[in-house]
Amino acid sequence: MTTLNVEALEAGYGSRTILTDLDLAVPSGAITAIVGANACGKSTLLRCLARLLRPTAGQVVLDGRSVRHIPTRDLARRLGLLPQSPIAPDGMTVADLVSYGRHPHQGMLSRWTQHDDRAVAAALEATRTADIADREVDQLSGGQRQRVWIAMALAQETDILLLDEPTTFLDIAHQVEILDLLVDLNQSRGTTIVMVLHDLNLAARYADHLVAIRCGRLHTAGSPESVLTERTVKEVFGVSCRVIPDPTSGKPMMLPLGRHRAGAGLSTEDTTS
Amino acid sequence: MTAVSSTGSTLGALQRSRRSHLAWLSVVLSVLACACLLSVSLGTRDVGWADIFAGVTGSTETIAQAVVVVRVPRTVLAVLAGAALGLAGAVMQGVTRNPLADPGILGVNAGAAMAVVIGIAWFGMETLDAFLWTAILGAGLAACFVYAIGSLGRGGATPLKLALAGAATAIASSSFTIAIILPRNDIAGGVRSWQIGGIGGASFDAILPCLPFLVAGLILCLLSARGLNLLALGDDAAAGLGAHVAWARGGAALGAVLLCGATTAICGPIGFVGLVVPHVCRLLVGADHRWLLPFSALTGAILLIGADVIGRIIARPSEMDVGIVTAFIGAPVFIWIVRKRRVRDL
Repeated sequence: MTTLNVEALEAGYGSRTILTDLDLAVPSGAITAIVGANACGKSTLLRCLARLLRPTAGQVVLDGRSVRHIPTRDLARRLGLLPQSPIAPDGMTVADLVSYGRHPHQGMLSRWTQHDDRAVAAALEATRTADIADREVDQLSGGQRQRVWIAMALAQETDILLLDEPTTFLDIAHQVEILDLLVDLNQSRGTTIVMVLHDLNLAARYADHLVAIRCGRLHTAGSPESVLTERTVKEVFGVSCRVIPDPTSGKPMMLPLGRHRAGAGLSTEDTTS
Repeated sequence: MTAVSSTGSTLGALQRSRRSHLAWLSVVLSVLACACLLSVSLGTRDVGWADIFAGVTGSTETIAQAVVVVRVPRTVLAVLAGAALGLAGAVMQGVTRNPLADPGILGVNAGAAMAVVIGIAWFGMETLDAFLWTAILGAGLAACFVYAIGSLGRGGATPLKLALAGAATAIASSSFTIAIILPRNDIAGGVRSWQIGGIGGASFDAILPCLPFLVAGLILCLLSARGLNLLALGDDAAAGLGAHVAWARGGAALGAVLLCGATTAICGPIGFVGLVVPHVCRLLVGADHRWLLPFSALTGAILLIGADVIGRIIARPSEMDVGIVTAFIGAPVFIWIVRKRRVRDL
């Protein structure tokens, strides 16, 4: 089983430090969601995990080895990445894009193999994009396009899949569809999934493990029940809320309290206690 | 089961596209062959097939055969320069992810030209060998300069910053070139005709020294096809798929610089070939650089031969420089590209 750990990580852009002294163990074979306020360092953490950003101190360790010392192609065979709003060139078909996922498995001169074919076909199948394989990516709807990108990452056949806000710009139906798809992959292939998510309730519903980041530091990590509490939400997002069990899944569910329309049934003492 | 049938249809789709690419390849090759024949036979003096055959095999007994002997190196140069510029344009559009990128727009040709003009004006440079090295040096310096300026700030060398840095560099070095030439009547005429772009004076003696650079550039560019495919998905996605982003970009750019520098040294800066050709080829074979790059080279050769032949016909009994003709062909296509395509990556 692949393990991914973060040790005393410090990272930033230029002279600006964004993450400080961050330790994290990503649970293998589980779904982890990274949550936090805007600009708290969620995406920076994901970029460090994917080795897109070099830490200024500390390290990211994959299977006991610092990712900095793993050859690029080797890393790409074990760790897949779906960036935030990726771009496909004009005129590229779905089949072409998904077949690019096989790149890390191909040498400079090696030919496309039957295994490559099977991996692409399986990825199209798993994401239900096989029937649009001929279409051009830039003509698809947002939800279809995101499924195609996930298919590309699947064709890469990695143990770990990192996703930066995979549900951004999607309506609620497509958000649920993408998250359901990720759970399917996690269950059928045992893929370890780490994603940055904005929606706390969807994060609590779909992730096995939540990581809350506040101002570049790890605030809390653990099960949704232990992380999604009224106190954590107040400290991490600066928002007062009520947390109740989701009537269907039993997972915690957060209801923010604004200054208006907080409801007649609640007194001020109730909300601040 | 659906899995089997949909897999079959996916693979079928890939095979279909390959067959249509091969069909287009034969079309492009035939057009190139016709263009070469026209280039040898048409001009101020049209010659017949018998004379072409005799001339190509080395005979210079009649005037027509002698004309053919002159036109053969000119045709070869048009093929080489056109292929180099078309390929360099496709590579630069891939490297910068910028549909309007072109050796001209990124300041590479202007840098090469400025270096050559400085060499002529200040160092009395005359030999083609000197032109060649100076042009490649100038092209390389301009590319490094544009890349360095474009890389400043957060996010590294984004397409937008590269395009802006390239445009500024192109304008600055062209102005500087003009400032050097203006007070120098002694070199102005020679520099001007070189600057507009000409392949009329071609000889095999002039072409040979450029060949090593063109071949090296060609190999580097063709080897970078897969890297360019990944870069097209964005730097993050490319890195996630195991590409060495900086190396892939640098290697491809070096190949393009070699091609542009060598071409500029013999023909002067020829514009629009590198811009127009990759867009036409994308309509034929799509965005896969493994097909796009060879097609851009072939189509670039066709365009430059065509421009040269047109230049000979419309200005009879004189000739019009090929750089002017490509600009006339290229400008409307440029406008068409901007209007038709969403230039969203800028």
